[in-house]
Amino acid sequence: MINLIINGKSCTADENLTILEAARVNGIDIPHLCYLEGIHEFGTCRICVVEVEGAKTLQASCITKVSDGMVIHTNSERVRKARKVLYELLLSDHSKDCLSCKRNQNCELQELGKTLGIEETRFNGARSDYVLDSSVSITRDMSKCILCRRCVTACNDIQGVGVLNAQNRGFQTVVSPAIDLPIGSVNCAYCGQCTVVCPVGALKETDSVQEIWNAINDKNKRVVVQVAPAVRVAIGEEFGYDPGERVTGKLAASLRALGFDDIFDTNFTADLTILEEGTELLTRVKSALTGKGAVLPMITSCSPGWIKYVEHTFPDELDHLSTCKSPHTMMGALVKSYYAKKINVDPKNIYVVSVMPCTAKKTEIKRAEMKNDGHPNVDAVLTTRELAAMIKEAGIIFTELEDSKFDDPLGLSTGAADIFGVTGGVMEAALRTVYELVTGRELPFEGLHVTPIVGLDQVKEASIVIKNPLPYYSFLDGVEIKVAVTSGLKGANQLLKEVASGKSPYHFIEVMGCPGGCITGGGQPRSKDPEVRLKRLRGIYSEDESKVLRKSHENPFVSKLYDEFLGAPNSHKAHELLHTTYVKRGKFNELSNERFTVKGGIQKPKDSVPKDSELSDRNISRDAKVRDDIESIRVLALEAENTRLKSELDDALETVELFRKVLADYTAKHKQIL
Amino acid sequence: MSESTVFCTCTHSEKSTKYSEIEKVIELYRDKEGSLIQILHLAQEIYGHLPLELQQFIASSLDIPLSEVSGVITFYSFFSTKPRGEHTIRVCLGTACYVRGGKKIIERLSEILGVGLGETTKDGRFTFEIARCIGACGLAPAMMIDNVVYKQVNVNKLESILAQY
Repeated sequence: MINLIINGKSCTADENLTILEAARVNGIDIPHLCYLEGIHEFGTCRICVVEVEGAKTLQASCITKVSDGMVIHTNSERVRKARKVLYELLLSDHSKDCLSCKRNQNCELQELGKTLGIEETRFNGARSDYVLDSSVSITRDMSKCILCRRCVTACNDIQGVGVLNAQNRGFQTVVSPAIDLPIGSVNCAYCGQCTVVCPVGALKETDSVQEIWNAINDKNKRVVVQVAPAVRVAIGEEFGYDPGERVTGKLAASLRALGFDDIFDTNFTADLTILEEGTELLTRVKSALTGKGAVLPMITSCSPGWIKYVEHTFPDELDHLSTCKSPHTMMGALVKSYYAKKINVDPKNIYVVSVMPCTAKKTEIKRAEMKNDGHPNVDAVLTTRELAAMIKEAGIIFTELEDSKFDDPLGLSTGAADIFGVTGGVMEAALRTVYELVTGRELPFEGLHVTPIVGLDQVKEASIVIKNPLPYYSFLDGVEIKVAVTSGLKGANQLLKEVASGKSPYHFIEVMGCPGGCITGGGQPRSKDPEVRLKRLRGIYSEDESKVLRKSHENPFVSKLYDEFLGAPNSHKAHELLHTTYVKRGKFNELSNERFTVKGGIQKPKDSVPKDSELSDRNISRDAKVRDDIESIRVLALEAENTRLKSELDDALETVELFRKVLADYTAKHKQIL
Repeated sequence: MSESTVFCTCTHSEKSTKYSEIEKVIELYRDKEGSLIQILHLAQEIYGHLPLELQQFIASSLDIPLSEVSGVITFYSFFSTKPRGEHTIRVCLGTACYVRGGKKIIERLSEILGVGLGETTKDGRFTFEIARCIGACGLAPAMMIDNVVYKQVNVNKLESILAQY
């Protein structure tokens, strides 16, 4: 601990803290913008500057460490002025159409302006040429970007993808894929982590709300909705609940209130996935152990961000992926076949909506493989944030809703399906079922939780030895099944490098594209709670524990589905509807022609720069006056420089003249000698 | 990237020789941190410019994102993504040259050459750029063609200067 003085008050703080953190510990909040605890601590925006006695310039408090005896002023006139100027400069190249912005009243820039007491923007001038760039999943509105670079950190350092980086220089700087390529045409996984950290409306999911209102309003459409497991522990945050608080009942009720015809649960097909994927795993392991050869480790395929990443980054390792579709596309396929027949509706009149914690799912449903009989499995994807917005728009008071339930038959699920929403969950759910199928006994872990793979570490592993299996599985006797779990694409890269080199020791690997799994997916509510991941994780596990049935194979409606329709896991019909293939794309998309750019691609608004005539029209407003002042100062400075240079030039010319004379004299003398 | 096909007259084998030379450069610097600029510099020397395809080659050889490579290239005005002319004209627009009429030179030059800033003439002879102070403020306005500095240029001298190339 060290001693320091902040705003005249003696304080103590741990010596490893930054000024910003030390001030916070001592009850002082320093306004900041780009700083994001534990993620982005680079001092990019300079809003958090403070005065440190003895230092010549103001210091960015988010990156300056405290030292013993430091005297800091966080609220001096100089600091306040500097902050305001910095803020106004940010605004000078910002679109400021706050009233029609998706982030209105949920914008960190807006909030900061309020905190700083900004009532005017003095700097109006040229605006950088901005672009509006939409892919199926993500929309980039660079007129709103304030170049804080949080997304660059999320994309490069956290996910290790590196699609977004600063391009060009100075006023022309833009955070973008290489050479202004549209985001829909590059190796973006569409994980959406950039949209979660963006403090303004520059990066966001591509809107699907209107399409869905249209479908609900269409009398001829049967609109079926399904909800992913991770949504139920997060959507409450949009309505004032704590992160991780389970609002499953209210969620189902709100969907009914919005006018959806059938409220199903993606959890149902998560249970189904376990049976399909578990069977696939056992088949592969059997082939490998009985000498027939099989591609191992098998890797999960529920996370479309991860799938797109691996297609770009390791196109030669796609055989390791389970052929299972993700649970929500399985649901779509079943709704338009099994359920359509049950209710006697033509599948072309069924519209399937998935509510997902994910931006990548928006792209997934547009893939050519996600179709059966010419019908897309899923018609539209809403993120958790978008659904919350719809509920608010519809005037539904979420907190006052009476709990409701998902509809049968595709709405019932076991606890194993709930944990699909968190890193380690798919693996645990698979082990619960596979172990019991093979040995006839329950998975030997307390509370059925495979503790080594529970938690938020980047890479986790576990192993389990099969003893006394049922006769049919005798080939597994004494075999140690090794599994690994990772979340976030950086961890996936690490495991895949091992796989590619043939050195991976595992039989089965679970990969989720976002750090922590779907609970912190790119479509989830933006949270300021540093504990958010842990709280949502606990919420998911408690949802699992609250259920009577906690193993996928115990789901009675799944068994019924196999009896009535699919036959058996991995049957021909199951393969047709529930399994898929993958596309080799390559790092630069060079191996495939498929692109996800929304029609129109990049748009550059032509009138982004206010014309001179427009500006002079205003009767010498205050803004113009300030601008004129700045201009005249610039002219004066240039004139002074000009005079100085002129006299320098005269000096130089004089010197040259002098040398010329000396040289002439010298030559003359030389001639005389000759 | 239609530009890259306009001027590229080198045959396929010339191109692959250049790529293998660049590959050698990358090998040389591979394990040294912070050597991307050095590699790009040499690659531009070998290839003439840095088109998208070459940027992709460098990015995948170094196992770094393409956006990082293009970020560096677009940051430094020294790097060019378009084919360059035989000669490079750089008109200084540092403060002194700006004040003493650098802008007029640019206007006139662009008339004579028929191209705008950052572009290359149709015959591939000149690439026309601006420079931010070439350290010849006392000789303002100044311009460079390749490595030769022209001092106190005025618009009437321009044609005779260009005629030398």
